[in-house]
Amino acid sequence: MSFKESALREPLIEGNKTYKDVTEDICGPTDGAPGKEWWILFVISVALLMYGAFCVTWFVYFGIGTWGSNKTVGWAWDITNFVWWIGIGHAGTLISAILLLFRQKWRTGVNRAAEAMTIFAVMCAGMFPVLHMGRVWMGFFILPYPNTRGPLWPNFVSPLLWDVFAISTYFSVSLMFWYTGLIPDIATLRDRAKSAFRKKFYGVLSFGWTGSAKHWQRHEALSLVLAGLSTPLVLSVHTIVSFDFATSVIPGWHTTIFPPYFVAGAIFSGFAMVLTLMIMTRRILHLEEYITMSHIDSMNRVITLTGSIVGVAYLTELFTAWYSGSLYEQYAFANRALGPYWWSYWGMMFCNVVSPQLFWSGKIRRSIFWTFFLSVVVNIGMWFERFVIIVTSLHRDYLPSSWTMYSPTWVEVGFYLGTFGLFFTLYLLFAKFFPVIAVAEIKSVLKTAGENPARTAELKAIQEKANQVDGVAVA
Amino acid sequence: MASKKFILGIFGDEDILLEAVPAIQEKGVKIHDVFTPFPIHGLDTAMGLRESKLHTAGFIFGITGTSIAFGFMTWANTFNWRTNFGGKPFWYVPGYIPITFELTVLMAAAGMVATFLYLCRLAPGVEKHIMDPRQTDDKMVVAVEIDEHSDVASITAALKTAGAEEVNEKLIDNWYRYKIM
Repeated sequence: MSFKESALREPLIEGNKTYKDVTEDICGPTDGAPGKEWWILFVISVALLMYGAFCVTWFVYFGIGTWGSNKTVGWAWDITNFVWWIGIGHAGTLISAILLLFRQKWRTGVNRAAEAMTIFAVMCAGMFPVLHMGRVWMGFFILPYPNTRGPLWPNFVSPLLWDVFAISTYFSVSLMFWYTGLIPDIATLRDRAKSAFRKKFYGVLSFGWTGSAKHWQRHEALSLVLAGLSTPLVLSVHTIVSFDFATSVIPGWHTTIFPPYFVAGAIFSGFAMVLTLMIMTRRILHLEEYITMSHIDSMNRVITLTGSIVGVAYLTELFTAWYSGSLYEQYAFANRALGPYWWSYWGMMFCNVVSPQLFWSGKIRRSIFWTFFLSVVVNIGMWFERFVIIVTSLHRDYLPSSWTMYSPTWVEVGFYLGTFGLFFTLYLLFAKFFPVIAVAEIKSVLKTAGENPARTAELKAIQEKANQVDGVAVA
Repeated sequence: MASKKFILGIFGDEDILLEAVPAIQEKGVKIHDVFTPFPIHGLDTAMGLRESKLHTAGFIFGITGTSIAFGFMTWANTFNWRTNFGGKPFWYVPGYIPITFELTVLMAAAGMVATFLYLCRLAPGVEKHIMDPRQTDDKMVVAVEIDEHSDVASITAALKTAGAEEVNEKLIDNWYRYKIM
């Protein structure tokens, strides 16, 4: 619009699209019956979800004794997975909020799906601490409601209660941010719907959006403030999660580096999950012109940055343990690297520190195969990270007579698989019924950041000029 | 009875629209509203709309959240039922920061979204009059309200010369009836 972007920059939307094309390309997949690939993934996801529901029912009925956790390793599989899922949830808000404040236009291609991913990941994450309580029907005890026990209020200065507030706020705010952004796009679906049912379905969900100038003005103001609120929020959430560990007296947990280290790790794993999902989504829904190699490249750069921060944090931890002179700290880290769980430590080191360094190469950053492969590796590594932090710190505590080992039971594994089922079921339903790319936002950057004949011609002219200059220099 | 008639100028390009809006207004034509498929920066100022005060609402809601959280924890831990948690002071301000912050954000966000929905009269199931179904797809619609005294020809000419691709008339019956599905 008012300012022009250099033709040298890669277009964010390829293929000389018009507004109409954008609507049809992105809304098209919601029209007909889903394809075979969608159905295969959906059946697998629902099967996993059902199995997870069975496992949850099993341990709620028989009790937490069916888990592998014990007196020494009181936090294990459940909290590992909680922190893992909540970390994955962070990329969505980072993309939609922080990149909005930084005016990064490439976010428009991936923000909607990443926000949806955030919401689903936080739902999966929330299940772990809630079910970890054991008697889950007493779960409401964590809420500060007037009760007949005093009233005995919850401990407002406990990080575990901060978690309750942080995660429920994060979920609510992400949901509102996502849905208000979705309203104009649902209106687009409503106005192009053919059948009466679809008209009604999207009509109800679109809240009566018309696209009036005043409404857009308020919508923009709202998005900006919500982004401004979500930015410190997303940083606070993983900071508070890290407080669960950092405020304790367990060697390996009691470190001040935890908040930034956890936040970087969360963004790292979140972007990896966004890439895993987006590479599948763009292929299944044929959205290669909207989620381009340049988007994948940008996300891989974020992964390299956050992966390196995480690497530095691991080394700082090791150094600090040695430098502190505390026997317990030193033992905790020696035990991590050389003790019985050495494989998880070195798995974490390899997946999180070594593997993202491959992204320094532009070829690998722009390779679908490598990006997909490494995004999965990173998520495995980040799972190991949480496992290392939790289990290796606990299993050899201050009293050698209570040293023990931990391994998960089938119930715990089933619970974890079930959350995958939940996550992918919700994501696939979202991808089927709603536009996975923010239609209105893509349209708003189409003219400045999209491919068009004028831009291509300008690029060609620049290149020719450069060649001429080169020729002169050579002569 | 309460039917309204509009002349719609359909535009296909946001840059043309941004220049067209002041040009149409200069000719003395009062624009009812402009409907666009995506936010167009500068359209609000071109139309002479006031700046949105949604931020102020957000601030007020946020401050309310801060006060509720901090005030409640203070009351609960120092007046209502004192509990000794690891020997920490009863009124432990640094420990109140996280919950105070979270509640501030939650109240500000929820309050702003509610205000936004209220001001725009948006709610699940509300159905509003759509001037042209393409207004959420690829066209920008400038709507000018007319009655029997309006000079239709000159309004049409103003829209056309400003760059409208087509100019249509639209009659909406029951203007004041917002249909709830």
